[in-house]
Amino acid sequence: MSVPQAKGFIDFNARKRISSLLDPGSMRELVSPFDRITSPWLEKQNVVPQFDDGVVVAKGQMDGQPVVCAAIEGSFQGGSLGEVGGAKIAGLLELAIEETRGGNPTCAVLLFETGGVRLQEANLGLGAIAEIQSAIMELRELQPVVGVITGPVGCFGGMSITAGLCSYLVMTREGRLGLNGPQVIEQEAGADEYDSRDKDLIWGLTGGIQRHATGLVDVLLDDDSSAMRDQICDFLNRGVRECHRSDQVSQFLSILQKVDTDEQITAEDAFNILTRGNFDAS
Amino acid sequence: MTTGSRGDIWFKLLATEDVVAQNKMASVRVAKGSIGDENCWFLAVRPDPDNLYPRARNGEVGLLEGWGLAEAIEDIMSVAVDSTTKEPIVAIVDVPSQAYGRREEALGIHQALAGAVSAYARARLAGHPVIALLVGKAMSGGFLAHGYQANRIVALADPGVQVHAMGKSAAARITLRTEEELDHLAKKIPPMAYDMESYESLGMLDDLIRIGSVDSPGQDDINIVKQTVGKAIADIGKGDTGIARRLNGANRKASQRVRELMRAQWRD
Repeated sequence: MSVPQAKGFIDFNARKRISSLLDPGSMRELVSPFDRITSPWLEKQNVVPQFDDGVVVAKGQMDGQPVVCAAIEGSFQGGSLGEVGGAKIAGLLELAIEETRGGNPTCAVLLFETGGVRLQEANLGLGAIAEIQSAIMELRELQPVVGVITGPVGCFGGMSITAGLCSYLVMTREGRLGLNGPQVIEQEAGADEYDSRDKDLIWGLTGGIQRHATGLVDVLLDDDSSAMRDQICDFLNRGVRECHRSDQVSQFLSILQKVDTDEQITAEDAFNILTRGNFDAS
Repeated sequence: MTTGSRGDIWFKLLATEDVVAQNKMASVRVAKGSIGDENCWFLAVRPDPDNLYPRARNGEVGLLEGWGLAEAIEDIMSVAVDSTTKEPIVAIVDVPSQAYGRREEALGIHQALAGAVSAYARARLAGHPVIALLVGKAMSGGFLAHGYQANRIVALADPGVQVHAMGKSAAARITLRTEEELDHLAKKIPPMAYDMESYESLGMLDDLIRIGSVDSPGQDDINIVKQTVGKAIADIGKGDTGIARRLNGANRKASQRVRELMRAQWRD
């Protein structure tokens, strides 16, 4: 008898990621490529747009419960968020809020694979992220919002802040989570501060293993789509989180005010600093 | 001539009762003051050359500033929790960027900024009128954490007041363009621009305030700013806790179109 092979999640594109999570036959993509709503700004800058603008949004069910799911396609423009892709995610969450308030509780799953704002659409990307964040803040008080970061792109820029607002966060060891991309930090602060070629340093500080160990995400999973599905269902069943990570203000502040910043920090230091506090782990 | 950062100048002009002594950090300022007959709170992030975190000494929003803003807003909300009046909160925005550094990434600056975003959004959703008053730079993660969750966004009309996803010099370095090339591109692509007139065309700005001097304002200038902020507060009705009004910009048609289509398909 052969052991069934685990199906990796990371190799799936955005659309396949969503369909692998939703109950079979329940996925309904909204504003799909057939609607051909492309970025109004990319062609003017000689970038070929994509019919889905690199973001797939759908409604469907998980374990029979209504859910909306958005996935960013990391292979299009680095998973960057522009006007259309940003509006798709914000609009989807806004509809989930309405639906929930109207008596049909609808939770949300966000699959982050993004470098953040698309610089070619700068202020419309940034503005859309503020609207996505506002919608998460409303929805998470009514229904859980689960964030997933698997890589290969990871989750950076304004969308890393968005991830920090989610009710629950899942990572794999292939994912990275950080505000500023390594090259931008090196550019702004120098290679002594952050050497973007030093993979061990970067993964050690921002990779899934470290983010989980330091309590900045809830669960670390292997790259296995059925385990991913089970984990997300588990979080959806837990319901609204009592104290969100983003609201553990005094815990974080009391720790961060005591950090010795004379020496440059290592991953081990970060672990010791962040686990010294008494964070709510679930 | 008033000295200090733009944020500092306007904070001092608008706030009357500085409660900074109660705060644990010099980079986040909180004060009471009034607009018209109404008591309100003023919040600002300011440069602190002695900041514990070296990469956050020039007014950037870093680890302490993100969580510090969250703490300040939570304090404001806890005072108001039993009273029916939710005092307005005015974020005075002059933030060059988020902090770029190794310690920042290692210790979760994204989470610190999420703390500030969450606090501002909770204040707005709880009924506190939240106004962002842009007096200098409103850049990227710094602006997301300090100002972008406001009910209303108003700005001083001045070349030094800028909104963008990345500061101009950094954006030039990253995209391998000159700042002049970026300016040229921005003329054709409004969301790429830094100036307030372009930003206004995106629909996210509620008022652009024209005054004589932004750096050394006279009493007339101060009065105009106070009146405009007061008007913005008065415009926020009970239950007006959302930010959907930002969708009405001339250069935001696609944002509306996506939402209309999605709503139509939702029920199909």
